[in-house]
Amino acid sequence: MARKLLLTHIDVPGINTFEVYRQKGGYRAVEKALKTLTPDEVVEEVKKSGLRGRGGAGFPTGMKWSFLAKPEGVPRYLVCNADESEPGTFKDRYLMTHIPHALIEGMIIASYALGANTSYIYVRGEMMPQVRILERAIAEAKNAGFLGKNILGRGYDLELYVQPGGGAYICGEETALLESLEGKRGNPRIKPPFPAVSGLYNCPTVVNNVESIAATVPIINEGAEEYAKIGIERSTGTKLISASGNLNKPGVYEIELGLPVEEFIYSDEYCGGIANGKRLKAVVAGGSSVPILPANLILKTLKGESRLMTYESLADGGFQSGTMMGSGGFIAFDEDQCVVRNTWNFTRFYHHESCGQCSPCREGTGWMEKVLHRIEFGHGSFSDIDLLVDVSKKIEGNTICPLGDAAAWPVASAIRHFRDEFEWHITSGQEAQRRNYGLAHYADPLEPVAS
Amino acid sequence: MAEDVKFKVSIDGIPVEVAPGTTILNAARLIGGDIVPPAMCYYSKLQGSGGKCRTCLVKVSKGSEKDPRPMPKLVASCRTTVMDGMEVQNITSPEVIEARKGVVEMLLINHPLDCPICDQAGECHLQDLGYEHGLANTRYEFERRTFDKIDIGDKVQLHMTRCILCYRCVFVADQLTPRRVHGVLGRGDAAEISTYIEKAIDNEFSGNVIDVCPVGALTDKTFRFKNRVWFTKPVEAHRDCPTCSGKVTLWYKGEEVLRVTARKDEYGEVEEFICNTCRFETKSTSDWVIEGPRNVKRTSVISLNHYAELNPPAVVKKNLALQETNKEQFERAKELL
Repeated sequence: MARKLLLTHIDVPGINTFEVYRQKGGYRAVEKALKTLTPDEVVEEVKKSGLRGRGGAGFPTGMKWSFLAKPEGVPRYLVCNADESEPGTFKDRYLMTHIPHALIEGMIIASYALGANTSYIYVRGEMMPQVRILERAIAEAKNAGFLGKNILGRGYDLELYVQPGGGAYICGEETALLESLEGKRGNPRIKPPFPAVSGLYNCPTVVNNVESIAATVPIINEGAEEYAKIGIERSTGTKLISASGNLNKPGVYEIELGLPVEEFIYSDEYCGGIANGKRLKAVVAGGSSVPILPANLILKTLKGESRLMTYESLADGGFQSGTMMGSGGFIAFDEDQCVVRNTWNFTRFYHHESCGQCSPCREGTGWMEKVLHRIEFGHGSFSDIDLLVDVSKKIEGNTICPLGDAAAWPVASAIRHFRDEFEWHITSGQEAQRRNYGLAHYADPLEPVAS
Repeated sequence: MAEDVKFKVSIDGIPVEVAPGTTILNAARLIGGDIVPPAMCYYSKLQGSGGKCRTCLVKVSKGSEKDPRPMPKLVASCRTTVMDGMEVQNITSPEVIEARKGVVEMLLINHPLDCPICDQAGECHLQDLGYEHGLANTRYEFERRTFDKIDIGDKVQLHMTRCILCYRCVFVADQLTPRRVHGVLGRGDAAEISTYIEKAIDNEFSGNVIDVCPVGALTDKTFRFKNRVWFTKPVEAHRDCPTCSGKVTLWYKGEEVLRVTARKDEYGEVEEFICNTCRFETKSTSDWVIEGPRNVKRTSVISLNHYAELNPPAVVKKNLALQETNKEQFERAKELL
């Protein structure tokens, strides 16, 4: 059995209550941090652990913390990004529902490390049950003296607030989240300045994902060295993966980074293979915005090495033949799924969620959606495929926030790897309404590349 | 830092020295000419504007003297401040030209292109932008989004269909008026400028939303359909106004003042915002002290009708057949004289 750090006690009845969580060793990390470590030592510990942001970009968390500006007389804020809305990702909701105290404990440690006396958890608007769960957990922690004034008699004060959002995907972008938290329209800000210098109410702010914050608990408990032993190279520790799609056992899994993708899909400990005895056609490895890969490329890299669940291995081959770890939303497609329809569906999502602030994304996402709709319903032409590639290139990198990139990548990668299927939709428009393209050659072993 | 510290910057190879904190766009405007990136949403008089339309994207090929690495992505020149030793490529970078072409195309796909019936035609920034940086044809084959026209107040009309969501008018409402009454509703390509419950804008400075609008989305109801701008003659004038500077441009047709606007500089930005009384209420010559005709760029369509006589190209003068086909035009020119 692989090691579990976040979901160790997930099966213990009542782990969502303070008493049970405390019995199982909860809030030990807060005691250790506040009593034996200085804030800088906590930052150093997180840095040494090699923890990388679990929200999608994979930026080292300790590094982010050390960039926080610390001017005199200005409050600093920690904001937890619980606006999890990427299609295919549901790990944060799972964590908050079942072990809310892991997040609260992490928030206390991280706030202490950053010197924040007021911290916020910004929860997506659709997750009202989770908002109530967190509010109850905060009240319990406050009763036990882990929140409020003079925590554990160490002279450190912390107030924790839960703020439900309005249910916009764009509010998961950190600066849009801050705008929304301030009560404004959730439009991403133009950077620089970065939140570490001027964030919430123009004060230095760190925005971290739920899982990143929760991961500080085992780091403090076990020590950074111990945490860094798990994983490979620059991908350390464990990661929650939300597995969905045509799998025998979809769900949230905690994996040690470095697990081979093949093992994750087929072993009984994890997803248990493809449902109904079908064959794997494609995988979106990190939530809807990362490039989609055909079965042969997700299992093995172009160099013929087996692909591992690490930031580096998944990105091996760049955009030509690789993908990204993203937020860990692992979506598997079996041979009966239509990549064109799926791409259209993703694009429809980005079209709906674009904030409309900058022109390439506002206009381009809608345009791509309309073209994809036309192809999917059998009215496309060959020039549409090149048009899609060109529009996605015009969006990528030219927008204020990464939503433009997130909208462009799935389209560009689907055409790059599944061009045959797109062309088949155009040449056999009527037939494409009745049946799907099938597996075709997408799982065939790759030709070894001469280096 | 001493106040006279200047940063050395080069834009398309042309060096310029600017004060720290200057944006790339403003540094380029100091140089002037065709290396100035176009700007549809940035407005130097409105704080916080810019960064949205992406037409001013430029490539920073050298970050600064200290850190010479190029910036990984194209940056919005209106919101990126210069560093000492920065090297910027605008029209010398094929990447920038390509990206700008893309942005212009995106801005136009949902624009109605109803220039023939639009009051802004002739002084529309989107027309100029499309002409200079866009493509001759469109690849967009779907229905364009449309909205109903809305009156905001009795003097201003909002035609959302033409809007490019530059947010300039939102900043005007926010910064020039004490109570913000309009903003953006909706999201993505369904976003619209709105006054929420169709609340009238009755502030003294609300008319400035017309001047800042780069397209024909916000138009002056007292001027609507009265005339094409290139048939009117701009004249500088001022009056003693208790609420604003009173410095305006009057747009004449014959003896009649058809409309009053603020004075705009070469980048289409107003020099000083004017009040609604100056703009809408005082429309006779006796209200104003005339300063003289306004200088209009030779390249602007507004100046085209102001030559004393028709000056056809040399080839027309030499060729009898061409003179015959242009006969009607020659006759019209005679009538004008």
